[in-house]
Amino acid sequence: MIAEVFGTLVPGVPLTLGLAGLLLPPGDGGRGLRRAAAALGIAGAAISFAVTVFLLLVATVFPGHEAHGVIEFSKRWIDFGGLDVTFGFSAAAAALYVALAVTVVALAVQVYSVAYLHDDLRYAPYAAQVSLFTGAMLLVVTSGDLLLLLVGWEVMGVCSYLLIGHDRRLPEAPAAAVKAFLVTRVGDVGFLLGVAILAVSAGTTRLTEVLSHHYSSTTLTAALILILAGVAGKSAQFPLHTWLPDAMAGPTPISALIHAATMVAAGVYVVFRLFPLFTRSPAALAVLGVIAAITLLLGALAATAQDDIKRALAWSTVSQIGYMTGALAVGSPAAALFHLLTHAAFKALLFLAAGAVIHAVATNSMSRMGGLREHMPVTFWSTAIGLGALAGLPPLSGFWSKENVLVAAAHATEGGGPTPIWVAWIVWIAALIGVAVTAWYATRLLLRTFFGAARAAADDWRGGFDDALYQRPAAPHDPPALMRWPVVLLAIPSAVLGLAAYLPGFRSALELEEPHLGVSIVLPIVLLLLGAGTAWWTWQAAPGTDPAAALGPLRPIFANGFYLDAVQDRLIVRPVRALAGLVRTIDEGVVDGAVEGAGVSTTRLGALLATAHRAALPRAAVAVFTGALLLGVAAAIYGASL
Amino acid sequence: MNDVLLVAVLAVPAVGAAVVALLPARLDRPARVAATVFAAAAFVLTLLLATARGSGWFGYAPAAPSIRPWAELNVAWVPTLNIDFHLGVDGVSYPLIVLTGLLTLLCCAYTVAKVPDGGSGRTLAALLLVLEVGILGTFLALDLVLFFIFFEVVLLPMYAVIAGWGGPDRRRAARKFVLYTLFGSVLLLLGVFTVVVAAGTGDMMALAGGLGLSRNAQYAAFALFAVAFAVKAPLWPLHTWLPDAHTEAPTVGSVILAGVLLKMGTYGLIRVGVGVAPLGAAWAAPVLGILAVAAIIVGSLVCLRLTELKRLIAYSSVGHMGFVLLGIATLTVTGIQAALIGNVAHGVITGLLFFMAGAIKDRAHTGDLASLGGLRETAPRMAGLLGFAAIASLGLPGLAGFWGEAFAVVGSIQRGGPLWTTLAVVAAVGGALTGAYFMRLLRRVTHGPASPVVAKLPHPQLSGMEWAAWSPLVLLALAIGLVPALVLAATSDPVAALTGALR
Repeated sequence: MIAEVFGTLVPGVPLTLGLAGLLLPPGDGGRGLRRAAAALGIAGAAISFAVTVFLLLVATVFPGHEAHGVIEFSKRWIDFGGLDVTFGFSAAAAALYVALAVTVVALAVQVYSVAYLHDDLRYAPYAAQVSLFTGAMLLVVTSGDLLLLLVGWEVMGVCSYLLIGHDRRLPEAPAAAVKAFLVTRVGDVGFLLGVAILAVSAGTTRLTEVLSHHYSSTTLTAALILILAGVAGKSAQFPLHTWLPDAMAGPTPISALIHAATMVAAGVYVVFRLFPLFTRSPAALAVLGVIAAITLLLGALAATAQDDIKRALAWSTVSQIGYMTGALAVGSPAAALFHLLTHAAFKALLFLAAGAVIHAVATNSMSRMGGLREHMPVTFWSTAIGLGALAGLPPLSGFWSKENVLVAAAHATEGGGPTPIWVAWIVWIAALIGVAVTAWYATRLLLRTFFGAARAAADDWRGGFDDALYQRPAAPHDPPALMRWPVVLLAIPSAVLGLAAYLPGFRSALELEEPHLGVSIVLPIVLLLLGAGTAWWTWQAAPGTDPAAALGPLRPIFANGFYLDAVQDRLIVRPVRALAGLVRTIDEGVVDGAVEGAGVSTTRLGALLATAHRAALPRAAVAVFTGALLLGVAAAIYGASL
Repeated sequence: MNDVLLVAVLAVPAVGAAVVALLPARLDRPARVAATVFAAAAFVLTLLLATARGSGWFGYAPAAPSIRPWAELNVAWVPTLNIDFHLGVDGVSYPLIVLTGLLTLLCCAYTVAKVPDGGSGRTLAALLLVLEVGILGTFLALDLVLFFIFFEVVLLPMYAVIAGWGGPDRRRAARKFVLYTLFGSVLLLLGVFTVVVAAGTGDMMALAGGLGLSRNAQYAAFALFAVAFAVKAPLWPLHTWLPDAHTEAPTVGSVILAGVLLKMGTYGLIRVGVGVAPLGAAWAAPVLGILAVAAIIVGSLVCLRLTELKRLIAYSSVGHMGFVLLGIATLTVTGIQAALIGNVAHGVITGLLFFMAGAIKDRAHTGDLASLGGLRETAPRMAGLLGFAAIASLGLPGLAGFWGEAFAVVGSIQRGGPLWTTLAVVAAVGGALTGAYFMRLLRRVTHGPASPVVAKLPHPQLSGMEWAAWSPLVLLALAIGLVPALVLAATSDPVAALTGALR
């Protein structure tokens, strides 16, 4: 009963209100329209949040109420030739924590957007699409069926497309939107095939039955590696990560939504949800581990050389998701989920704070920022907390969750788990290097933006994704209340969420181990100090210069994300385009040419015969008599032979 | 009662067509309204057919014939030749019958508000009703000869619609359409007579499951049927009449053509091809599957390079029907059910797409993607609807198009083995390419700054009649996506019986 009603409400409310919001009249309908749109958007996230809190209470405080603390129901949706597709809700406490993070971030983003898009003419569809996006992610989190999960998964892809392409003044926005959709869609080819293989063997797409079905090991490995393609697309893992930095063309609150709680978290969550299957396939875990290690380092290194503040944060997301997939690969879904939750808090905080900065200085470019600490104290302190958490500074939230990942990886190098030992080593070493690099770029970001001398404002300030350029501000200042409060409130979980590891209820929900502060924390802290110290030292040695200058010849390589965009363009985009041109030529020239040719030659043949028949009387008479003669002769010969 | 209903479903549009055509020229608009009323009556009658269902559709047993209509009419027609006037409805044909009724109604209503240049509006409306008779008859017929006759009834009115009310190059396109599909019809006729001569009857219920046909007769019959229906569906490489016909046809012609006319091919393949010659179907399935997947890939690659709005949407049908044909070719219950829902979904979504393309072309007087752009700046509602239709068409889960495409892939994987697994993988890649060309279309048409043509777009708002004609399709695309049982509720038993004949 609880599951049927309240479970359905969790994704159902934002999805329904989102669809309703799309029906609002387009264009600037004045204050009334904006209020209606904002009300629908905020109500969707808020109701969903309240219902999630209620379900979480049911699941954790009265765990006896439902079997094993899992709130679920399932109904037959449709039967495809004996393949049972169900429509159901299934969420244990861990899933509800993720849903909670999603709704909190969505609520913050909705409230923040009211002020951030205060003069956007297309605010109404924007708010509705954010609702749909939230609902789709909640569907992924709470679905009890693989196919229903796929619905949320793909709806999210479309919403990301719509929202990234929202800004009308950015020439790069439509291209970035299409890229985000297509790159993830390429991954989804694998996802669909993987789901199909799992479903065909199990005879159903219902998750509990799929998870308990016994697959042959080749089938399972093939299906899981295909699913990993989809995960790599959605969670921006190498080699399908290329869409995420470009997705910064979306309005900043959308970046917060995509990076913190939805979209990129979906891939990690799906692996978490299917983890019982992954433990039976070391090969799939090995693939995941290698992808994670590459992504983790790639993202962190690329983040070091970015000048656009949002791009730097975007690459840091790529890297942090690498930590999560790395934790999954070394067999610790709990650590992955814990890092997902803390990351949701501090990354949402960082993007919303970055939005405040961009709003204040009307540029994304860090080389044009500086000295903002005095003008924007609230934003400064929030960003400092967020960056500290990102780097893993104790006792902020990121420290605890990253510590968990590192301990899990180190533990897996001893063997005994489902993960091959060499994979655990790769993940562990990459994660350790990542700690130092993360500290380095986080420090650089903070110093370049908030410290040092303020840079002179000039008219040529436009640069990067100027999604906040509505009017030139007189002097940088903290944002209005509707933007400030979401930032301030998100700073709280960013700071203290890590301590939740000491709460037994939270720990048992995630199946997390109790934190034990032993020798294992020394190495990461040393690396963190090393990274942060180096960045600070280069910065103060030559005030006003970019610490990234120290990267030397590597700087353009990192700044361009190892030129993987160009590789993708050469290896995939151009060949497909050329092939399409060729196929079109063949289809129109050869296939249709044959048809047209048949028509033309028939007409010609007809014309020829017509000409032959159009003879003058003497020739026609001769022909008739010749014919008669020939027939007569033939008849005579035939008759004689009888 | 049921037999009256069945006759009425055909008689109402037929009478309507006669009445509308005979009204004098000065009553042009009232005639179009009358046509809409007749189409509405026919649509209501198709809906009423569901009430006849009762409990009859539960009685399937594996050994039973694969067609058990819940409403049936069987009158001797040409007794000496064993030809009957035999009509019936079951779960396989019913969704298509309702779709035909709905699309004809919407097209007639659209014609009330807007008559394309070229001829009188009442003639166009009358032709639409004649088309409806032919299409409904094809879906209702349970006798092969009757099926063939209705199949042919459709041809000439469609020719007239394209040649009379089409674009600048309409005569050539109409000629190509009629000659190409006549070629298919000849093969269908040959197939029908192969079966009738070999089995001594044209009754599809008696023939179901290949009863009374030798293996070789089934091979020959299926080969003839397959090519005939492949032209209609259309299946690559027999598709080239379609882009020309669609590009030149008036909006309502395109909607009927893509929405239900193509379905006569896929429906025929399921009911006549697989139903009457199952051994032949099993024999030809790999070839059919390979061509279907080739259609998906070629269709979507060509779409990536096309620059004309209507032509692009027309070509997209090649890819979508490829998914439907792949579903049929798997000969699994899953695959054929996917084909059935894919059929209906494509009718709804492509109908909507052609309505949108027509509305844009009528206003902008061009369908060139390069000169369109920024539609969402000047006509946000239209851009939104085009976006919805495109996203539905690329198979977004939760909307109608998803089920057919995804489960054609699932059915193919279910079939197993290297060939079918490869086909599944390639078809899934084709799904991604479908996304690519629709994204390209949207980027060109809706995003970016408004092009000069779009900036001066007359009537950027939607008229009441446009809302009336389009909103049912929007709602259906969503409803079928959320409740696929709307289409598939009564199909699993007939389809299981159909594929049961193969085991």
